[in-house]
Amino acid sequence: MKLFPLHLVPNDTRIDFMRLRWVSIAVAVILAVVALGAIAFKGFNFALDFTGGTVVELRFQAPPDVDGVRSRLEAAGYGSAQVQTFGTGSDLLVRLQPREDTGTDAAASEASNRTAQDVVRLASIEGNTATVMRSEFVGPQVGKELAMNGLYTLLCVVAGFLIYIAMRFEWKFAIAAILTTLHDVLICAGFFALTGREFDLTILAGLLSVMGFSINDTIVVFDRVRENFRSLRVEPVEVLNRSVNQTLSRTIITSFVAFLTVLALYLYGGGSLEGMAISQMIGIVIGTISSIFVACPLLTIGFMKVTKQDLMPKAKDVEALARRP
Amino acid sequence: MLEFPRWKYVVILLVVLASTLYALPNLYPQDPSVQITANRGFAIDEALRGRVDAALKGTGVQPKEIDAEADSMLVRLPSLEAQTAANDALRTALGEDYVVALSLASTVPDWLGWFGARPMVQGLDLQGGVHFVLQVDQKVALDKRIEGYLEDARVILRDKRIRYTAVERRADNSVVVTLAEGEDVAAAQKALATTLSARGNASALPGAGLSYQTSGNQVVIGLPQAELDQIAGEAIEQNLTTLRNRVAEVLGKASEPVIQRQGNDRVVVQLPGVQDTAEAKRLIGATATLEFRAVVEGNAADAVASGRIPPEAKVYHLRDGGGPVLLNKRVLASGDEMVNARVGVDNNGLPAVDVTLNNVAGQRMFDYTSANVGKLMSVVYIERVPTVSIVDGKEVRSVRVREEALAPTRIAGVFGKNFQTTGLEKTEADNLARLLRAGSLAAPMDFVEERVVGPSLGAENVARGTKAVVYSFVFALVFFLVYYRMFGLITCIALLLNLVMVVAVMSLFGATMTLPGFAGLALTIGMSVDANVLINERIREELRAGVPPQASIATGYDKASGTIFDSNMTALLAGVFLYAFGTGPLQGFAVTMVIGILTSVFTAVTVSRGIATLIYGGRRKLKSLPI
Repeated sequence: MKLFPLHLVPNDTRIDFMRLRWVSIAVAVILAVVALGAIAFKGFNFALDFTGGTVVELRFQAPPDVDGVRSRLEAAGYGSAQVQTFGTGSDLLVRLQPREDTGTDAAASEASNRTAQDVVRLASIEGNTATVMRSEFVGPQVGKELAMNGLYTLLCVVAGFLIYIAMRFEWKFAIAAILTTLHDVLICAGFFALTGREFDLTILAGLLSVMGFSINDTIVVFDRVRENFRSLRVEPVEVLNRSVNQTLSRTIITSFVAFLTVLALYLYGGGSLEGMAISQMIGIVIGTISSIFVACPLLTIGFMKVTKQDLMPKAKDVEALARRP
Repeated sequence: MLEFPRWKYVVILLVVLASTLYALPNLYPQDPSVQITANRGFAIDEALRGRVDAALKGTGVQPKEIDAEADSMLVRLPSLEAQTAANDALRTALGEDYVVALSLASTVPDWLGWFGARPMVQGLDLQGGVHFVLQVDQKVALDKRIEGYLEDARVILRDKRIRYTAVERRADNSVVVTLAEGEDVAAAQKALATTLSARGNASALPGAGLSYQTSGNQVVIGLPQAELDQIAGEAIEQNLTTLRNRVAEVLGKASEPVIQRQGNDRVVVQLPGVQDTAEAKRLIGATATLEFRAVVEGNAADAVASGRIPPEAKVYHLRDGGGPVLLNKRVLASGDEMVNARVGVDNNGLPAVDVTLNNVAGQRMFDYTSANVGKLMSVVYIERVPTVSIVDGKEVRSVRVREEALAPTRIAGVFGKNFQTTGLEKTEADNLARLLRAGSLAAPMDFVEERVVGPSLGAENVARGTKAVVYSFVFALVFFLVYYRMFGLITCIALLLNLVMVVAVMSLFGATMTLPGFAGLALTIGMSVDANVLINERIREELRAGVPPQASIATGYDKASGTIFDSNMTALLAGVFLYAFGTGPLQGFAVTMVIGILTSVFTAVTVSRGIATLIYGGRRKLKSLPI
């Protein structure tokens, strides 16, 4: 057997993805519903970027006793404090939610300053003292604005994608691509809701890059669909099937390598980038699967059903033809 | 034969050279160092050098190098620990005469500087420091200004001998002047309009937008929205200037602090290298200011007891429980009219602050003192103190405005612009003089966001980020070399160039690198892989279809280009919107992503094609491609 060229995916696959289309769409819908349910009923564990509050990152000389730190904080009146390990074993993250009756932001900030010192004092024990690596305080108002900005970004990106794809391809493709992308982001977000992992600004950025990645994958497939619709004389379902098969190798290799790069981020990037890396890893996997199983099937159902006419060269080419003798 | 235009090779070569040159400064590590700048009246000289050497010797810290420049001295140190130790030692040794601040000194050789090459700007999460967002209390600025209009209107009417029964502020921020029976409303309107709108300096012209309307025996001075906006704008601008001055006063200019306006009522302050947050906050948040007011004659204690306080007076309390005092509501001079303030000593050798006012306030002061020699005047010291108190077992937080009158002093003689304030303690005199000198805030500010990153965490973030990017690059590299062999090598060269280009572009345009920025860089590798895979797979496909090798390369590149363009445009859109709506670190992520996408199109489509053509373009008997 010839070793080279190497293949992750065999040449000329002829998998009938379209035959599975109802199954794959059903699975996609179920996943999306689960994600939606998780978001609706469990909600996100928003980080202080969005809720406001105080977070203090501490480094100890030796791995600390988390429960001990928690109970000492509780005894001192910080009942709402969340204490968790972070990165290496000797780092701790202490989170304090803002209180309901917080007066003005200035007072809260002054309190946060005091709090950071308090937390260090309480967390330290003889022979294992803590130092503050980082402390953050975000006022509730700022948090709300950051959340709103995140939402605006999401909406703008969706609108931008719709317009661009509708212009370059066709509106049916645009809708199918957006549905696929939103599905991917939804599942990613659902994962964070379901696991209760903290949702901060970097994860929002991660989700947006997932959108970019997922739409990218879908577009590559659609690009081939367009090309094949113009050059092949077969049924639309067959065109879609062949397009997915032809791009299969590329889709999987790209995703594999992209996954590797994000894996490096997850492994070596440290605690602050962990959430972002996770969102991207999930996004890459889901994005790949959906561009293979979901995007094209969408083009065969209901109002999104594409025909050869949709993709034949339009007015400009007709004029060019008319000019010919 | 494959064709590739010669000029494109030239472009590629130039891009490679330029990218290498501009990315190079980032390879030079930065030295942790301590920067010493001289306060007024002190010089950077040999004597200072001696003191620095002595102080460092005392701590056992061995500096790498000490550079003396015209107005500052840079002590380069081998490690962050040494930096902290040296900073503490130098602060104590040099005291108030010099400003000692932490900084990161570049080790980039001079010749790179000739080309304008410099390392990337590092965000606070990479170099350590504090980041504050402050909210300007615009209501206070507005109140202050309207109070001013009220007072001015009274003065104008008095000067013109027009009798009035009331000058009041309405809820809609307009000022209503009610005249006494039989006064000429039109004349009053004219007097107010000419005087109120014409005062102030020529450039800003506060009051220029006021409107004057008469109804019955009233004149209504309206503040249109434009005027309100201007007041708000001026308040934030003055606060910015004040903050810049204060920060420069304490940190020196070396640390490159960022002090920027954000939106209508926010100010962002970033102080790289600063670790002592409490000190920084005191510096920024201090809203102490002075107001000079005349004392209203009469027994203050009686007035307070009976509740019969004269209409022009307001009750203040003397500091240290000195009892009440009645002061005129009219401010003779306030902190923002101060030109200079220095610590001096009064005739008794006690600490005092020598104050110089601007011309307008000086004239006002002169007018008042000429008519009132021998009368009492007082200084009100206003400070906003955030407090936390326990009520019913719950913490209640509020801002307490501390307004204290200093013991009234008799106006010893007529004075104008220059005079002396006495009755302060030494530390207060120092603080007050420094704050006044740096200018006062037009409106108080509250902290709404605060992020502090320690220097060791910053260094750690750089190390982690670099490691993550290197590994993601290596992962991709190994895969490509194994999977696509020769074309994998070409892809790797393109990827490497892409990485170098992103770094070069960011350094050249002074874009800020952040920790999420490293994630963006890793993601860039992931994304630019896509373009290369598309091309390579397309070439394989053509080969399988029986197309000859060289034609396969050409069609592969041609057909893939369109797809690459479309798929990258959408990712670009996401990056641009993220930049537009994101803040701080997220923008760093967006920037690297956007630049990375742009450069990846160039490297994948043009550069790799150039290389492929160079290798295979000229071969006559090419049977197969190692792909």
